[in-house]
Amino acid sequence: MAASSQKNTDNVVEITGLKYRRGEKLIFDRLNITIPRGKITAIMGPSGTGKTTLLRMMTGQVLPDRGRVIVEGRNIARLDGDELYELRKSMGFLFQNGALFTDYNVFENVAFPLREHTKLQERLIHHVVLMKLQAVGLRGAWSMMPGEMSGGMARRVALARAIAMDPKIIFYDEPFTGLDPISMGVIVRLIRVLNDSLGLTSVIVSHDVAEVSSVSDQSYLISNGKVVARGTPEELERNKSAWVRQFLEGLADGPVPFHYPSLDYATQLLGEEST
Amino acid sequence: MKQTRTVEIVTGFFIILGFIALYVIATRATNIRAYGDSNGYNVTASFTNVGGLKVRAPVTMSGVAVGRVTDIRLDPKSFNAIVTIQVNGAYREIPDDTTASILTSGLLGEQYIGLSPGGSDTFLKQGSQITYTQSAIVLENLIGKFLSSGKATSGGK
Amino acid sequence: MRLLREAYYIVLEFLEMLGACVLFLMRLIRLIPQSLLRPRLIFQQIFSVGGMSLVLIMVSGLFIGMVLGLQGYNTLNKFAATSALGTLVVLSLLRELGPVVTALLFAGRAGTALTSEIGLMRATEQIAGMEMMAVDPVRRIVVPRFLAGVISMPLLVGIFNAIGILGGFLVGVGLMKVDIGAFWSQIHSTVDLHEDFMSGVLKSFVFGIATTLIAVFEGYYAQPTAEGVSRATTRTVVNSALAVLALDYLLTAFMF
Repeated sequence: MAASSQKNTDNVVEITGLKYRRGEKLIFDRLNITIPRGKITAIMGPSGTGKTTLLRMMTGQVLPDRGRVIVEGRNIARLDGDELYELRKSMGFLFQNGALFTDYNVFENVAFPLREHTKLQERLIHHVVLMKLQAVGLRGAWSMMPGEMSGGMARRVALARAIAMDPKIIFYDEPFTGLDPISMGVIVRLIRVLNDSLGLTSVIVSHDVAEVSSVSDQSYLISNGKVVARGTPEELERNKSAWVRQFLEGLADGPVPFHYPSLDYATQLLGEEST
Repeated sequence: MKQTRTVEIVTGFFIILGFIALYVIATRATNIRAYGDSNGYNVTASFTNVGGLKVRAPVTMSGVAVGRVTDIRLDPKSFNAIVTIQVNGAYREIPDDTTASILTSGLLGEQYIGLSPGGSDTFLKQGSQITYTQSAIVLENLIGKFLSSGKATSGGK
Repeated sequence: MRLLREAYYIVLEFLEMLGACVLFLMRLIRLIPQSLLRPRLIFQQIFSVGGMSLVLIMVSGLFIGMVLGLQGYNTLNKFAATSALGTLVVLSLLRELGPVVTALLFAGRAGTALTSEIGLMRATEQIAGMEMMAVDPVRRIVVPRFLAGVISMPLLVGIFNAIGILGGFLVGVGLMKVDIGAFWSQIHSTVDLHEDFMSGVLKSFVFGIATTLIAVFEGYYAQPTAEGVSRATTRTVVNSALAVLALDYLLTAFMF
């Protein structure tokens, strides 16, 4: 499929030596990540480690301070506006809240990228949209408005929209958050099925360990701006590092401390007032 | 999505209403009649002093509006003011020995050009020049004349 | 000393906003030709921006016209010059009240709607979503709304003025018994097509550009939270009002 890339055709995304600061805080510290083609890669970590920012770097919405983000053999930071848009046409992105257009119904939402980017006739668009909706199991809901749907359904519609243009890569930003067990099961199944049947490369950012482990081929665990662990779900299970254990098992205290840094308790209680 | 038919109808209605309103105001509430008479023709007149005459000032004959002043400029050779008048196309039989005078409407009002018809059988047409003109009366000169003539009569007595 | 520092920051902030606004305007203008290929979008926006303001503008125009008729009559009566009422009403409306009042109402009704609509799209990531789908949200969402505002304003002002004149006529001739012939004939001789009417139209264009620009700008760059959107909406009204009044003075000084 991608014989035109100059470098590694095995990796869709290669991130090397990534450094990124927001204000005082160093978010990423010499991060290295590769996303292999055709597989589902997960990026996990505690809240606030910048997982979503990482996704945005892969799509060119945020630029790194140092280091390189190479997508399909091209350095994202070097692309101009038009080239970036061209690249994005082959990407799908599922936002945490779906980000559906609130004044369009389900059909219009899924048809949107087709209408904007292709000159297909209405009849053809009609077929394609229904096909995509069928893939996510919502063909019967085509006339509903986003406001009328549950979070799980909205996310599925957003997924249908993300695959409308038959992308090569698809990014999921916290796809499991806030869903009931059944909806979660649906999304998990869809991610796997779509990835395999459409030959996609999927990148999932999440902190739902159980769901992610059931579906990913390879996972990264990120903490404090560095990669703490990497491997298949089984390899991570066997990993003895304290960080990994605390995260995978959901321990309250460990390398990520329970207490937010503060003064000595006794000192603060006994009259040395705060500040 | 909102019903597109209602949207289109109301939008169309709004746009048409807007243009109609503008058109009505422009034609009914302004002096638009004084403009752009495609049938009209231009004549010129030379004055030694145009006083406070302005472009777009009315041109009347026997009190009836027959045209507008469209241009006022200085003749670099004779140092006279050349005034261009656009005459209404309906009036094609103005004798070419007509006099053009700069008059004031009221005592201190706007200045306009009044035409007094002559008796000639040839008429003004595009490009004609009105030969008989009466320049504006400048108030200071008038007072000056009055004062000096007063001195003359009292001195001569 | 602190006051000076405050003032310095305010001026700096103002310059920054002015610059950002103008740069945004350049970006919008560059995208206009592309946007004109989708007239459907523009019409949809003219409906929500102009069509929905119609009733407000018409009612306000009527009341202002009637007040002009009333106040004008009372004042002119003192100089026994009530025959000039028509001229007073028409000139006041065409030159000043029409463009300015309509612009202020427009900013309040349509401007805030635009700001909150775009701001909400920003807050619910619809704009980011569009960027991800390789569709320029400025071209797709902002430019049609901007064009709709610029087109609608002069039309709204025209309607405002027409109904205002009607209101003045109803009060002056109908209520205060000014002579109907005097009312209209003075208008026909005094109100000038270029100086009064066209200058009013020019003002409404300029005000339309200013208020719509401020409205879409505040919405597009609003903080993506509920509080951010509401603050942006307030800024739209305040800044639009100030801009309109300042521009009004500049244009009036320039034209008259």
